[in-house]
Amino acid sequence: MINVPTILWIDEEGRIARPNDVAFGSNDFKEMTGIDSELHLERLRAWVRGEGPAMTPEETRAAQTLPTAAEQEARAEFTLAWWLSQRGHAEDAEPHYVRAGELAPHDFTIRRGTMLIRGLDPMGEDFMKIVNEWTEAGNAFYRPIEATT
Amino acid sequence: MSATLTLLHDGRSDEVAVADPARPAIPADALEATLGWALQPEGLCQGPMCVPVDQDALVGDDGIDLGVFADALQRPLVTDEKHAVAALGASHHDRGEALASLQAPDFTLPDLDGNPHSLSGQRGKKVLLVAYASW
Repeated sequence: MINVPTILWIDEEGRIARPNDVAFGSNDFKEMTGIDSELHLERLRAWVRGEGPAMTPEETRAAQTLPTAAEQEARAEFTLAWWLSQRGHAEDAEPHYVRAGELAPHDFTIRRGTMLIRGLDPMGEDFMKIVNEWTEAGNAFYRPIEATT
Repeated sequence: MSATLTLLHDGRSDEVAVADPARPAIPADALEATLGWALQPEGLCQGPMCVPVDQDALVGDDGIDLGVFADALQRPLVTDEKHAVAALGASHHDRGEALASLQAPDFTLPDLDGNPHSLSGQRGKKVLLVAYASW
């Protein structure tokens, strides 16, 4: 998981029937995100009612984004930083949070998710700065499955 | 041994005696109890699975070099020397294999009343998992 919202379908046997995807429960943010919630909701209703298929296992695997070595190192840096934060070592935690973001710049569960802990504003200018840097470099903030496959 | 290292790994935390927190090594006889791997002639072994490793590099005067151990298993190791803490992450290869199996990993989280709920407790039902944040 690298951002929210993230949705995941899991079938009756505990198997992933649709991998991590971006979907909203309503169109409240459609103007900002460009993502129409109805597309996912229609698919979801059809799957739950047995009227439409989930993805095949092959399609699911093809749509998965598997973790890289850099992402796993970023998560280890986050683990270390969080441990330090919890013990009052905010100053010493900071370089580990920064390094985690450098290793996985697309992982906003780390970059945005740690902002409040670090005294930054996850809803204001601090957040907009990293989003603007990211998108102005040609990257998408939300990457729904249809856009990545 | 001159210091105690806090080793964060596999969702747990262990205190291990080390000579140098900047290049942590743990006693060979603590390897299996701490990290679940045993050093055998074939390499690092966990159950029937063994991973070849340069044992001369792995085993030094201070014990099992955690950096070499992590490299052999393709696991990230990051350290904070000042606070003598290290985090040993999961291998991207292992995580990728687990995800590609399509078996959703089980987890347990509390609801607003503190009652625990596990994904495995939902067997027999279709599940929509939604992760959101208020930041």
